[in-house]
Amino acid sequence: MRRAAIACLWSHWSRHPLQLVTLLAGLALATGLWSAVQAINSEARTSYAEASAQLGVGQFDELRAASGSIPLARYVALRRAGWQLAAVLEGQLRLPGGSVDVMGVDLLSYPALPAVEETSQDDGIAPTDALLAPGLLIAGPETAQRLEAQPRLPPVSRTQNLPSGVVLTDIGTAEMLLNRRSEITRLLILPDQSAGLAPLADLAPDLMLVRAEGRSELARLTDSFHLNLTAFGLLSFAVGLFIVHGMVGLSFEQRRGMIRTLRALGLPLRDLTWLMLGELLLFALIGGLIGLVLGYGVAAALLPDVAATLRGLYGAPVDGDLALQPAWVALGLMMAVAGTFAASAQALWRLSRVPILQAQGQYAWTAQGLPALAQAGFGVLLICAGFLALVIFDDLIAGFVMLGGLLMGAALLLPPVLSLALRLGGRFARGPLEEWIWADMRAQLPGLSLALMALLLALAANIGVGTMVSSFRLTFTGWLDQRLASELYVTARDEAQGHEIERWLNTRADAVLPIRWTEVQVADQTVFLYGIIDHPTYRDNWPLIAEVPEVWDVVAEARGVLINEQMARRMDLWPGDSVELLPGWTLPVAGVYSDYGNPTGQAITALPALLERVPDLPNTRFGIRIDPAEAEDMRTALADTFALPPQAVVPQAAIKASSLAIFEKTFVVTGALNILTLGVAGFAILTSLLTLWAHRLPQLAPVWALGVRRDTLARLEILRSVALAVMTAVLALPLGLVLAWALLAIINVEAFGWRLPMHLFPLQWLVLLLLAVATAVLAALVPANRLRYLPPSDLLQVFANAR
Amino acid sequence: MLLNVETVSKTYPGGRPVLDQVSLTLEHGETLALTGESGSGKSTLLNLVGALDHFDSGEITVEGTSLSGLNERGRAALRRESLALVFQQFNLIPSLSVEQNLSFHARLSGRSDTAWLSHLTDRLGLAPFLSRFPEQLSGGQQQRVAIGRALATRPALLLADEPTGNLDETASAAVLDLMLELVAETGCGLLLVTHSAGIAARLDRRAHLSGGHLA
Repeated sequence: MRRAAIACLWSHWSRHPLQLVTLLAGLALATGLWSAVQAINSEARTSYAEASAQLGVGQFDELRAASGSIPLARYVALRRAGWQLAAVLEGQLRLPGGSVDVMGVDLLSYPALPAVEETSQDDGIAPTDALLAPGLLIAGPETAQRLEAQPRLPPVSRTQNLPSGVVLTDIGTAEMLLNRRSEITRLLILPDQSAGLAPLADLAPDLMLVRAEGRSELARLTDSFHLNLTAFGLLSFAVGLFIVHGMVGLSFEQRRGMIRTLRALGLPLRDLTWLMLGELLLFALIGGLIGLVLGYGVAAALLPDVAATLRGLYGAPVDGDLALQPAWVALGLMMAVAGTFAASAQALWRLSRVPILQAQGQYAWTAQGLPALAQAGFGVLLICAGFLALVIFDDLIAGFVMLGGLLMGAALLLPPVLSLALRLGGRFARGPLEEWIWADMRAQLPGLSLALMALLLALAANIGVGTMVSSFRLTFTGWLDQRLASELYVTARDEAQGHEIERWLNTRADAVLPIRWTEVQVADQTVFLYGIIDHPTYRDNWPLIAEVPEVWDVVAEARGVLINEQMARRMDLWPGDSVELLPGWTLPVAGVYSDYGNPTGQAITALPALLERVPDLPNTRFGIRIDPAEAEDMRTALADTFALPPQAVVPQAAIKASSLAIFEKTFVVTGALNILTLGVAGFAILTSLLTLWAHRLPQLAPVWALGVRRDTLARLEILRSVALAVMTAVLALPLGLVLAWALLAIINVEAFGWRLPMHLFPLQWLVLLLLAVATAVLAALVPANRLRYLPPSDLLQVFANAR
Repeated sequence: MLLNVETVSKTYPGGRPVLDQVSLTLEHGETLALTGESGSGKSTLLNLVGALDHFDSGEITVEGTSLSGLNERGRAALRRESLALVFQQFNLIPSLSVEQNLSFHARLSGRSDTAWLSHLTDRLGLAPFLSRFPEQLSGGQQQRVAIGRALATRPALLLADEPTGNLDETASAAVLDLMLELVAETGCGLLLVTHSAGIAARLDRRAHLSGGHLA
């Protein structure tokens, strides 16, 4: 009996192969994009974890120099003062086919590394052997192979304990490889230091202390990036499920007659339900597997860019190669199965309630949704519930609940709102064809509503995430301008040279801005307190998000202090509040500035006032304001005059350009996901139009018979699709902006502690509108073209029903 | 002469000839019943006369216009301006109201006449249903809308394919009566395809198709 029933159920798909392909494609697209994003995120996170474990990254406090290089003499001086430090020299070694990251460590003092231990166990090499000439390079198998192909390099030892593209070696060997003698990139402050040591701030005031917790905070910044990707993946998944929902609903409805017949012939409803569940499971697995292959391809294509972005932006070591992980495959298939059953729940529920005797309505499958008013009410309810959750709970989860409610509610509201708009539009119709087009669009809404909802979500996500990313970019650019307003940055070797340089610059530069700071404790937290001179560079560039009137005068006269947003939010300090910067020195907060990417608290006050309280503030770093055209000459002159190494004089333009180039790579990934999500929505429209085709002919044939040509009807089909897409896009705009606001003002603040200002990008909207139009045209082209060349005999079939 | 069908033949791909050298004529104001068994080619002939399909050989002229010389644009214009069609399945436009359906063809051909439309609406008894949609009407009411839509253009030739085939006996008689009265009032020619000898007897002339030939 079951075999016969299965054959009967399957006959539907063999007679409707397009429906089957569409269903599987919907599933594959949903799973594919979701899996691609998961693969990228999981690969990146695995790389972070590996790097942390294998290289000791982020486990210890560190000392770094603003110039990027710590002189060897400073290291020696600190060791002599009793500090237990481990020196690290990092740089890139150029090899054919791309460079590798070299990490040279002092193997005697550096904390034990798995790769070194593995080398000593497997190869019988003592770690100290790496200290002897010609040295030893430790690398993963793939990198080792590339190194071994090069002449004149030290011997290579292979390990599984290092990420691809990283070479670990002794610092002496690294100096030779990188041709950077007597230089150190960073100093690890080892645990268990002796008591009574002189403070590092006194011994090495020019070095910056980066705390381990600060670095982990920095690592959290990458979460923002991954959150964006996940949001896209989830939306693509939802959009794909709309296709699945539509196809499953249609197939169930078309098989109503078959279902009634099977039951009338004695197949129990329970058996029938199990058979259909089995059918769905099979499709979910097939579609899921295709999706995984698709996702793997997308992830493999995008991962190099993502890796470059994460490396460049956050210094996060991410392997550019994708490894197939069983957990990822299992999760992808689980999502495909769960998504399929979620998307089919309504159809399955209907199946369980199909009476044996019931007339089959032609449009029953489209008409059985919620009545328009109830649907609109439910949509409004979901949106309100989301905002209510945010008001009551006010945390990250509530933020996501709000977003979910907003998106789902808006999607439910779309068909009633479009219907209303079409009804209003119809009132302005002049000719009979115009009247028909408006009325026809309304009549087609139920069949197209799922696809249009998918388009709405895709467009809103594009606007929302696009606005967030672009605001993020502007903020980052602003942050660069703020931090790098000066054309050149110079770091002197010591205090004496600092004074010499300052004197030399006074007659040659437009302005010399000392960069002088000290570390203070505010409410048990480390805060970097900077002293600045009163100069338009700050007044013109500093991005304040809250301020008192005449804020710069207040700061210049030491009547107030500026603090960064992180400190403001963490300590709940805002203009008007007071903050004790040093014992006995309390100032009101005059303003709060955005300080994207800085994990630590920071405050700014007038330099003279700071010097009064901390007179021995080191004076070795300066920002130099100069005509940008003269910056390069000035850089050369400074380096020549004071025998400064290249790292000690840093041009602003080069740093900005490289930072922005890295950011552009981020947008390549976001842009690719934008297009893919829109593509899925376009596919949803195409499948809806194709499945509506069978119902469409009886509506078009009479109009054709009354004297409207097929090519006119074909053009009107495209126009109808474009009009609905444009109306959806117009409605997606406010939704996308609310989404952007929620991401910037709620999700970011809850997740990362800082709020990004929201900027509007009308040109992006225009591009998106054009993309939506293009999507609609492409989706409508197939059915329109089919109509354009449809033989009259096919149209005549409509009139020949009863004969 | 309103309609001249001259030695028209039509064969569907892979099949036997549906129409073989068929000829007939129709004058202005004349009504002609086209009868025959299922598959005899009645509807095919109606579709050819209605410029809905192409014939293989022969010639059809409507008010002196040769159909074989018309391209798609010309055939569409002929259907809009000289012809009107009533189908067995009514084939109203489901998204338009009764009122919009009634005026649709007339407005499409640029010959909308409010007074005539109002007269037709009254005669067809459709005034109470103007704001309704086709799916909200009975079969008889839908066919009355279809007749009203066709005659609103004051066509030269009305083509009706089994216009009462989907209606019960009472509704069928009422619809036919109305159609014939209005055709007489309009003065247009009528070519009506029917199975029913009773209906055929009420028209001026009758032509019987059998195996693709006129008997």
